[in-house]
Amino acid sequence: MGNTLWGMEITAAQLSTAFGDTLYMVALSLIFSGLLGLPLGVLLVITRKGHILENKWFFNVLNPIINIVRSVPFIILLVAIIPLTRAIVGTGIGSNAAIVPLVFYAAPYIARLVENSLLEVDKGIIEAAQAMGATTWQIIYRFLIPEGLSSLILTFTTATIGLVGATAMAGAVGAGGVGDLALAYGYQRFDTMTMVVTVAVLVIIVQLLQSTGNFVSRKIRRR
Amino acid sequence: MIEFQHVKKVYETKKQKVEALKGVNLTVEKGDIFGVVGYSGAGKSTLIRLVNLLEHPSEGQVIVGGKELTSLNPKELRAEKKKIGMIFQHFNLLNSKTVFDNIAMPLVLSGTPSKEIKERVGELLEFVGLSSKAKSFPEQLSGGQKQRIGIARALATNPSILLCDEATSALDPQTTSAVLQLLKKINKKYNITILLITHEMSVIREICNKVAVMEGGRVVEQGSVYEVFAKPQTDTAKNFVRTVIHDEIPQSYLKNIGSHIPIIWKINFIGTTSGTPLLSTISKKYDVHLSVLSANISEIQETPFGNLIIEVKGDKQEVAKAYQYIKDEGILVQEVQVNG
Repeated sequence: MGNTLWGMEITAAQLSTAFGDTLYMVALSLIFSGLLGLPLGVLLVITRKGHILENKWFFNVLNPIINIVRSVPFIILLVAIIPLTRAIVGTGIGSNAAIVPLVFYAAPYIARLVENSLLEVDKGIIEAAQAMGATTWQIIYRFLIPEGLSSLILTFTTATIGLVGATAMAGAVGAGGVGDLALAYGYQRFDTMTMVVTVAVLVIIVQLLQSTGNFVSRKIRRR
Repeated sequence: MIEFQHVKKVYETKKQKVEALKGVNLTVEKGDIFGVVGYSGAGKSTLIRLVNLLEHPSEGQVIVGGKELTSLNPKELRAEKKKIGMIFQHFNLLNSKTVFDNIAMPLVLSGTPSKEIKERVGELLEFVGLSSKAKSFPEQLSGGQKQRIGIARALATNPSILLCDEATSALDPQTTSAVLQLLKKINKKYNITILLITHEMSVIREICNKVAVMEGGRVVEQGSVYEVFAKPQTDTAKNFVRTVIHDEIPQSYLKNIGSHIPIIWKINFIGTTSGTPLLSTISKKYDVHLSVLSANISEIQETPFGNLIIEVKGDKQEVAKAYQYIKDEGILVQEVQVNG
């Protein structure tokens, strides 16, 4: 531990690698869980009673599945799906391995948040779209999404922040990242300085995300 | 143009069945401005939504432009919907899009080239008098302006029918009048058939040529606006007419009747006959005395529509002759019963 910083047990290089790992995991899991969660959220909205693609059967299957996945604690999910993770990324440990459970954790969460955002869209607008003879797909991407966009931005901000928190726990599968440093050095080795610095880094990340999200959302709403 | 044949609509919830429409027959001819009036819950909202299949009939047929819409496949149905514009009470504009993009939306949906869209939207904006607002967002507009944008959007695909769902109910009286005049202009200029629903009889009076009165899921009365205004048959229709034409016998008069039973006539003038000096002719020709209890002239479709309540005193035979004279002149006259 020659090259320590501010009396921490970790080096600046370690901290910056961890920072990079966190960003990498958050970014990739956000992309994949977004790709999964957004359509699921849309489906939860449009298949419900009285909506454009009402389908009782589909809704009544999808809805509880999302609840079930959401109720599994992340730390359990992380370990429980290791076989699946191996099958997908070829390994059970490391940053890439963490992304699989992170996606499983965040996708249903995003689906729920997207659902809430899109349910806020005035039904009159959907009615207007139907009166114009819009197709289901057109209603989704020309009416539902644009009208809910400002709220969706906040949704994804919340989801991203949730992912930052979850990556910290991903240290359990040796995922690395800032949260892992906080746990391994700050918590388990009683290195207070490392604890303070890593938590500060996390706080800054979360603050930046929230401010950016708020800013973009406001910008869209105000146009 | 629009034909409802024995149309029924039932909403089924877990607990109960609600019959919103209990067998409606109605025909809207090409070029009509057809008004459907009724209190909330009468079924008028369901009725108008059947025309573009926002609601599906449970029974019966809705034929629009010669086609039974429920028999069409989704693609054909979408094509038909482009011929039916619709405007709404709460405008239903996209808040995330500019005025220009809102009006352009129906054209974008049907894949119109952007150059054509630009031209058409420009025309429409000019037509509704809001060219300067193209880049504004709906939130920056007043209610009346929003409804004009709604109208422009509904007209974008050159429809032959315009459905108006309580289009002026959220507007103040002045704005309402301006929007109604715009609808009238659309009807005249483009020969677009208009079907509108409202709970305000003044809307019917201002622009409609035909009216149907709905109550409890049924059309209880229909006819030309004149007919219904002059001779409402049902209580509901009478109540609606009374909201715009005050033909009540004044309370102060009723109080002072005493024991005698007065002869009271209600006379409706329509159009040119309102100009005839009827009262003076009668009192000269027959030995009767007339006193006016209530008088009122309003315009229905740019034609004077007069309403007169008079008390007649005189010899029984003379009174009868005078009554016959009025009838022979082709003027609508009815005796009103008053319980002294």
